[in-house]
Amino acid sequence: MAEIPNNLKFLDSHEWARLEEDGTVTVGISDHAQGLLGDIVFVELPDTGKTISKKDDIAIVESVKAASDVYSPLSGEIVSVNEALNDNPELINSSPYDDGWFFKIKPQNNNELEDLLDAEAYTQISES
Amino acid sequence: MNKTYLNKFHHDYGGQMVDFSGWEMPINYGSQINEHNTVRENVGLFDVSHMAVFDFVGDNQKDFFKFLIPNDVEKILDHKRALYTPLLNHDGKILDDLIVYHKGNENFRIISNCATRNQNYNWFKGIASNFLVEVNFIQDASIIAIQGPNSTDYITQYLDAELNQFHLLETDQFMIAKTGYTGELGYEIVSNQEDGIRLWHDLVEKGAKPIGLAARDTLRLEAGLNLYGVDMSLENHPYESNLGWTIDMNDESREFIGKNALLAFRETQTKLIGFYTNERGVLRAGTDIAFEGGTGKITSGTWSPTFKKNIGFCRVTNQTAEFGTALLRDKEIILQFCETNFLKYLK
Repeated sequence: MAEIPNNLKFLDSHEWARLEEDGTVTVGISDHAQGLLGDIVFVELPDTGKTISKKDDIAIVESVKAASDVYSPLSGEIVSVNEALNDNPELINSSPYDDGWFFKIKPQNNNELEDLLDAEAYTQISES
Repeated sequence: MNKTYLNKFHHDYGGQMVDFSGWEMPINYGSQINEHNTVRENVGLFDVSHMAVFDFVGDNQKDFFKFLIPNDVEKILDHKRALYTPLLNHDGKILDDLIVYHKGNENFRIISNCATRNQNYNWFKGIASNFLVEVNFIQDASIIAIQGPNSTDYITQYLDAELNQFHLLETDQFMIAKTGYTGELGYEIVSNQEDGIRLWHDLVEKGAKPIGLAARDTLRLEAGLNLYGVDMSLENHPYESNLGWTIDMNDESREFIGKNALLAFRETQTKLIGFYTNERGVLRAGTDIAFEGGTGKITSGTWSPTFKKNIGFCRVTNQTAEFGTALLRDKEIILQFCETNFLKYLK
């Protein structure tokens, strides 16, 4: 299993969030989650401009085996989505923390980021 | 949990292990899509030792089998051959599906599913005693399947003759049958565990890649092969399970279990058929289907690695429509009905 980058924060439902230099937050699903889902064949991404609340189900990831909801780790506005996933959903399997990102949020309130799990706490939860 | 004798290999090889009907089995060894494609393009190796092997002893095996199953072993008596059949109860409902192997001289073997092993053992014993036939449940057998267009190259040294489809041969160590559950050319090889482990490691060393149960499922679906407990169960009879072709009534004088009930089911409009859709998303088992003049329910649905679209089987009240609709996360999806053998139909 890939090493979890230290600058990531997590929901216990396996989404990660990363604060970028421009103040937006990139969101994806963890390496552990993609491993559980197996080969991913479709994603449904949210519309840009959409306003969302923390823990809203706003994307769907579908593997050969099953479909799963993806929840937003933060409240805010969707400012971009990873269009590459429409044609190459397997990027989520091969590069969950980089090329396999789902969307970027302009957060409403940066404190929400502090409430998320850090890599160590998430690892403990996901491996138990 | 039950384990096959290759359990340690699966763990060491990186198998993601799951509980499959009480057996700890590899669902994949990394990517089920890669494993699927490996079988379609080259060759793959399956540990199916969780399945149940039954051998039979006694002079009346032929009469026993003619009564036991709706397909007629008369078809395989002149050769060492395999015969696919459902196993029916007295109400004509499906207890299991299995393969009967004629090993020559009216001696037979059955290989059936793992979840039904005890049910079948008791069922066979109950019927066989009337024919003075003894049932041997071989609990420690090795069953290895090698499947894919290049399978023959990998096992040439074990074959002392060429085999036709659905034929078998026996050597000192192995029973080798040209059968499988993938729609590809391939062999299923039964032996004791000692010979099995040597065979397995020899084939792995030659480059045959182990394949998990997830790929086995997408392979069998593309090939139009039912999975017992999913596409059919004790609730169903063969005519509504795409298995009418296995009911052999050519010999009208032959009595077999479930025959009278089947006569009443023969005219059913309910069918198990295939569907596919080019829309995004995967319709899965349990989804309701509507179409002009009828309804249905999906029994198996998956994403097909070969055809790169959603395929599956559905049981429909009648076969009158070309298209149907189903809901996927509140969105209406149009699906096209077709025959179940996608390898032929979508090629």
